[in-house]
Amino acid sequence: MSEPDEAHIRGEVGDTRVGNGHGPGAGDGHGPGAGDGHGPGAPLLPAVPADDPHLADAASDPRRVEAIIGLCFLVGIAGIAAFGGAYVEAANTQVLAGTLFGGLFFLGFGLAAWGKYLMPRGPFVEERHPLESSARDRQAMAAALVERTGIVVKRRKFLGAMLATGLGIFGVVAAFPLLRSLGPKPGSSLFKTNWKKGSLLVDLYGKPVHRTDMQVGGLLTVFPQGKEETLTAQAVDQAVLIRVQSTTLVTMKGRRDWAPDGYVCYSKVCTHLGCPVGLYEQLLELLVCPCHQSMFNVRDGAFPVFGPAPRPLPQLPVYFDSKGFLRARDGFDQPVGPGFWERTTQGNGRASST
Amino acid sequence: MAVTESRPRTRREARQRLGAYGRVQQAVNELDERVGIAKGGRALLDKIFPDHWSFMLGEIALYSFVVLVVTGIFLTLYYVPSSTQVVYHGPYKPLDGQRMSEAYYSTINISFSVRAGLLMRQVHHWAADVFVGSIVVHMARIFFTGAFRKPRELNWTIGIVLLILAILNGFIGYSLPDDLISGTGIRISYSILLAIPFVGSYLAFFLFGGPYPGTAILERFYIVHVLILPLIIIGLIGAHLGLLVRQKHTQFPGQGRTEHNVVGSPMFPQFAAKTTGFMLMVTGVLGVLGGYAQINPIWQFGPYEPTKISYAVQPDLYMGWLDGALRVMPSWEFTGWGHTLPWEVFLPAVIFPGLIFNICLAWPMIERRFTKDYALHNLLDRPRDRPKRTAAGAAMIALIFTVFAASSTDVLANYFHLSLNAVLWFFRIAVVVVPIIASVVTWKICVEMQEVPGAVKRKRAMIVSRTAEGEYVAVPAEARPGDEHEELDPEPVPLRIELPDTVGAAATTATAESGVRRVLR
Repeated sequence: MSEPDEAHIRGEVGDTRVGNGHGPGAGDGHGPGAGDGHGPGAPLLPAVPADDPHLADAASDPRRVEAIIGLCFLVGIAGIAAFGGAYVEAANTQVLAGTLFGGLFFLGFGLAAWGKYLMPRGPFVEERHPLESSARDRQAMAAALVERTGIVVKRRKFLGAMLATGLGIFGVVAAFPLLRSLGPKPGSSLFKTNWKKGSLLVDLYGKPVHRTDMQVGGLLTVFPQGKEETLTAQAVDQAVLIRVQSTTLVTMKGRRDWAPDGYVCYSKVCTHLGCPVGLYEQLLELLVCPCHQSMFNVRDGAFPVFGPAPRPLPQLPVYFDSKGFLRARDGFDQPVGPGFWERTTQGNGRASST
Repeated sequence: MAVTESRPRTRREARQRLGAYGRVQQAVNELDERVGIAKGGRALLDKIFPDHWSFMLGEIALYSFVVLVVTGIFLTLYYVPSSTQVVYHGPYKPLDGQRMSEAYYSTINISFSVRAGLLMRQVHHWAADVFVGSIVVHMARIFFTGAFRKPRELNWTIGIVLLILAILNGFIGYSLPDDLISGTGIRISYSILLAIPFVGSYLAFFLFGGPYPGTAILERFYIVHVLILPLIIIGLIGAHLGLLVRQKHTQFPGQGRTEHNVVGSPMFPQFAAKTTGFMLMVTGVLGVLGGYAQINPIWQFGPYEPTKISYAVQPDLYMGWLDGALRVMPSWEFTGWGHTLPWEVFLPAVIFPGLIFNICLAWPMIERRFTKDYALHNLLDRPRDRPKRTAAGAAMIALIFTVFAASSTDVLANYFHLSLNAVLWFFRIAVVVVPIIASVVTWKICVEMQEVPGAVKRKRAMIVSRTAEGEYVAVPAEARPGDEHEELDPEPVPLRIELPDTVGAAATTATAESGVRRVLR
């Protein structure tokens, strides 16, 4: 590497400093120009020696690199053209992607290699200039802010206060159309489902469930009749009806007649994050939520035995009507699904489920 | 200012009047007379970009965002943001006759009926994953090299806000197809909102337009996904790059590199060629991913139905860590005084990410509290020279990776035939222990590496020669051309920069001594 003399560098740095500016119409890069602040006739850029190693190509063998880049460009052009052809022919995704990749990647690779190997190797250096202003300028700005604000605040206090009040009220009022109109207030809707006393249990297609329909170990998702088609009802009302061996069923206090013949019915909405509790481990008699693996013991009041769910699935009391179809004895005795601030402690555990 | 007295008579004369640079000169003149572009434009062309591979990570993010915008515009032409139920009749026979939302219908159509639609959809999805991933890796680079220090704290903040917005828009975007998995994700996000104390149910009702599933969520998500968040992201990217140009790049210490200069290659033509080529390469790679690596095959998941769910429900890459946090959290719901506070949701899904992002945002201030370093820094740190910071970063990465891995407890248990209980407890312990181990080990490695002599230098060949007396002498070979400026010489990093009036002189001297010079063409 040749050691350039210091004056040479100093001149260059001074002349080409960012922000120094160059008049339009300067000659070629090595010719004379008018560098601001250096008087007329000062060279814009000093003559650069032809053998300057910084300006040589970065590659030691430019010919070879040129050949490789040329090859890349050829592949790239072919790829882009092939992509166009593939598109016209409505080819499949793989062909489209392959040709697109071949085109763009090789054009890009060639171009990047060109930038890296066939351009002056440098290194080049640019000076940094402090971004900060002088202490005087800073003070001037602060002074302008403070003193001009003073004109408003100090001399016309009352007017300023009125303006501030108006804008403040607008800030509050604007929240109404922006937020309030987005949706209804929750009210009591999180506490309610469509299950009522006497609701007929039907499946997704509206078919009622007869006491002879299910074998022990069977499972069915049920809805209150008439609501099975609506998305909102599906999302909230969905309940899972399982028939278990009635002899092994542990009934809790006050729930003795909630599951005739081993037909137990629980809300299908997970008490963790509201996913449908859609998996049933038949042998272990566990309902499993696939989202975060909460497991609920079907035989024991759907209490969570594993995972992050904090509460048992609410149980729907069912009975057989005179024709033998299953109906709800009543609605759920607590809100279904995940917890929320307004939810009371009702129905929260064994102790309270009397 | 170029006043034309008369029309040029010949072409030759016209050309001569334009000067040595012809029409380009004319265009520059015309623009400069009106908006004054010459000074700033020239400065921009001269802007020096340091040559280091790690500076490329942010470029990956930028270019995948460009791909996101282009493919996203394509997708908006065919996607219908509507939850209206329709019956499918189309080329994909397994879904024939099934009820589904128009959103899902239109996404199936993009995949099977629109020409190149599947490619565009999958490239868009891959680009989103690469966008978030590269932001994180870029952020790690900035963190470990101390590039966030004064004067760049603001850009660090903008970067983290960009990361949050990228994650948010990614989540909203993959919810739009209304397939079984993303629909479940929307329901989980509704439940997370519900878990926020005091205002949770109001937030959820206002966002969804009523109790779940509401009537408007897809339409609202759509406008947020294609307009509001992209506009904010574009604005912030502009600010991010604007600050970068104004403050100039950081650089690693090395020969000729000081706090007062930038050494590398200029914007035009070197960097422009390299980065444009790189943009094409990123696009090409995203294209090949979109064509060959299937992602989000919604036709296999089926349309969203509130009562249905599938096994192994995992969200996208950038949401996985939150899902894992939800899984490892024990069921600690608080009830009392007539209220419920679902800690088992609120803590992992709201407090945890809030804490992580706030630590990241506050890091420059946190570090300054300990180092009392108020100086401006333009030279980067080597990670092992700052063992405590590096250890803290390693702990953070270890934590995020562990909770991310925890989002696959069920799959791991199934695949390795382990008990789910054992896997869950492994992760509950791991999220505490792994970050501690990672930070201690990292700290120790950093401290020990500092003591290895010559570890700074790149390896060079040793030339072994025998002297006349028969003694063998090993002499390091000359550095290869180009090595000099890439090596990280142990040039001491000044604690404080010199006063402004000495900057110019110091910089010039340093430049002269090192033999690095600025040459412009």
